[in-house]
Amino acid sequence: MSSSETDEAVEPVEADELRDGLVDAFRAELGDAVVGSHVEPGVDVWIRVTADAWRAAGEFARDRLDCTYFDFLSAIDWMPSPFGRDMDAQEDEASADGDEGAAVMEQGVAGGETRFQLLARVHAPAKGYGLFLKCDVEGDPPTADTWVPVFAGANWHERETAEMFGIDFAGHPNLIKLYLPGAFEGHPLRKDFPLLSRRVKPWPGIVDVEQMPGEDEDEAADAGEGAGS
Amino acid sequence: MTAVTDREQLAYIAAQAADSRVNVELDTGDMTLNIGPQHPATHGTLRIVAKLDGEQVVSCDPIAGYMHRGYEKLTEVRTYPQVTALVNRIDWLGSFANEVPFILAAEQLMEVEAPPRAQWIRTVLFELARIANISLFLGDMGAQLGAITPVFFAFRDRERVLNQIESATGGRFHPNFDRIGGIKDDLPQGWIDETRSVMTKMRTFCDEMEDLLLGNEIFAARTRGVGVIPGPVAQSYGLSGANLRSSGVDWDLRRDAPSPLVWSELDWKVWTHPDGDSFARFWVRLQEVRESTHMVDQMLDGLPAGPIMAKVPRIIKVPAGEAWVATENPLGEMGYYIVSKGDLVPYRVKIRSASFNNISIVPWVMKGVLVPDIVTILASLYFILGDIDR
Repeated sequence: MSSSETDEAVEPVEADELRDGLVDAFRAELGDAVVGSHVEPGVDVWIRVTADAWRAAGEFARDRLDCTYFDFLSAIDWMPSPFGRDMDAQEDEASADGDEGAAVMEQGVAGGETRFQLLARVHAPAKGYGLFLKCDVEGDPPTADTWVPVFAGANWHERETAEMFGIDFAGHPNLIKLYLPGAFEGHPLRKDFPLLSRRVKPWPGIVDVEQMPGEDEDEAADAGEGAGS
Repeated sequence: MTAVTDREQLAYIAAQAADSRVNVELDTGDMTLNIGPQHPATHGTLRIVAKLDGEQVVSCDPIAGYMHRGYEKLTEVRTYPQVTALVNRIDWLGSFANEVPFILAAEQLMEVEAPPRAQWIRTVLFELARIANISLFLGDMGAQLGAITPVFFAFRDRERVLNQIESATGGRFHPNFDRIGGIKDDLPQGWIDETRSVMTKMRTFCDEMEDLLLGNEIFAARTRGVGVIPGPVAQSYGLSGANLRSSGVDWDLRRDAPSPLVWSELDWKVWTHPDGDSFARFWVRLQEVRESTHMVDQMLDGLPAGPIMAKVPRIIKVPAGEAWVATENPLGEMGYYIVSKGDLVPYRVKIRSASFNNISIVPWVMKGVLVPDIVTILASLYFILGDIDR
């Protein structure tokens, strides 16, 4: 699934080999558990594994690929927001009619099948590369194995992910809320969690990017006068 | 005679009873010490709950979240240019440095590249933010250990750097100066010469800090061997910046990650220290400030002419995709993972801030230290609360 190598002229070739090699190493170790991958030549590599292989993938990266540096762990909610982003971006109004199922769920690079996806990054300081690991999580609540025995620093990141997305990490030693008060209900970073201040009062910021008086839209797009400050 | 004997005997029994009661009632078990959320020994509103056995810390839990502002949620309803105003407030002592990785990630998705002059000015301001930020640390570290003078020196000299940032960007604390495709304005007249003289003064400031603290016996006794973090542990917790380099890990994103900013064109050195203790963290940061002043000098000499803004549409729509850019900020690695769906607003932004990882090691590093060392270690790990809570 590696991206095409047509733009090789501008990208260093050895970086491609390096990152393709990382994908191959994962496939050799985990076999079918590697369900997706994506290589951005000279930039980064994404590898998507099944939830069962999540811990094993972390251990493999740490022990065999020198990725001893834990960067971050978080999650992405791929469900289109049932509220749309009507206050700002008008093009989301189509999905704001309450028909939640109608909007198509589209996962990003390296694909995906579920609404929630874990995303983690590890580095190999000695080798100078880093890689992203993704993992589809299913169930109610969505559950994955904890990474705490692999990277001690995953502790806080998993606590944050758990409270913000409602993802359960099996085997986590202390999965209590990190930021939110203990009695807080809901998971704020889920797309169906409303941003209440926006529901009450529209954000006036949209005015910033409206076209200038006497200027039609094409001109505005071509004006190149900066980022709408 | 017998009465006296009885009385003595009674007194003896009473004393025994009192002793035993004291022994029973004095709890020699753990004591919980709560520091914060508002306390002179905390920074911002980080609350520390320490369990003590006598003077020794049994366990120590930092409790964050008193200032969580939900930036990751808010970015989902802000246009890309508006997001820089939010992320300015993450590490508020080095604000400009927060904007840069976000803008670079957006530029990467849009396949826009800022002109060379903009990249150079960005790098200059980035390093000025680092100098302003870390010089405050150098003073504050002294203040935490009872030396009052350094903090006054730090505020005095940081002011000069802030003045330069202000005269270039218009904002002392929150410049909001970086734009997708370049920067907002060119440098004002005379700024380059002024900045050169400020850099000279900052080097003098570094010398003063060295004289005041590094050779000081009390400072050495309070920091040497206190809060030792070995390199592998630092990596598994994702420590970054000077905290990582003072544990002997030679890793600096300015050198080790490809970046459109111009660090690779400068002659400079990454400072590391093998000890991993509080002293090493102070020492590495002191060297970094000095190194940064030299970098700024080089950049002012080599500043290319030309435009400061690439051609960018007025209404910024970022093509669908995912991008990650991390830079070596004053506090450590700061990165943004942007998921775009081609809208005016990001679909999701994961903000990877340095202090979050840096402070998550506190329960590990505080085990077994003495109470006064809590303050030393917290000061030497150097965090900004907004950088933990986001």
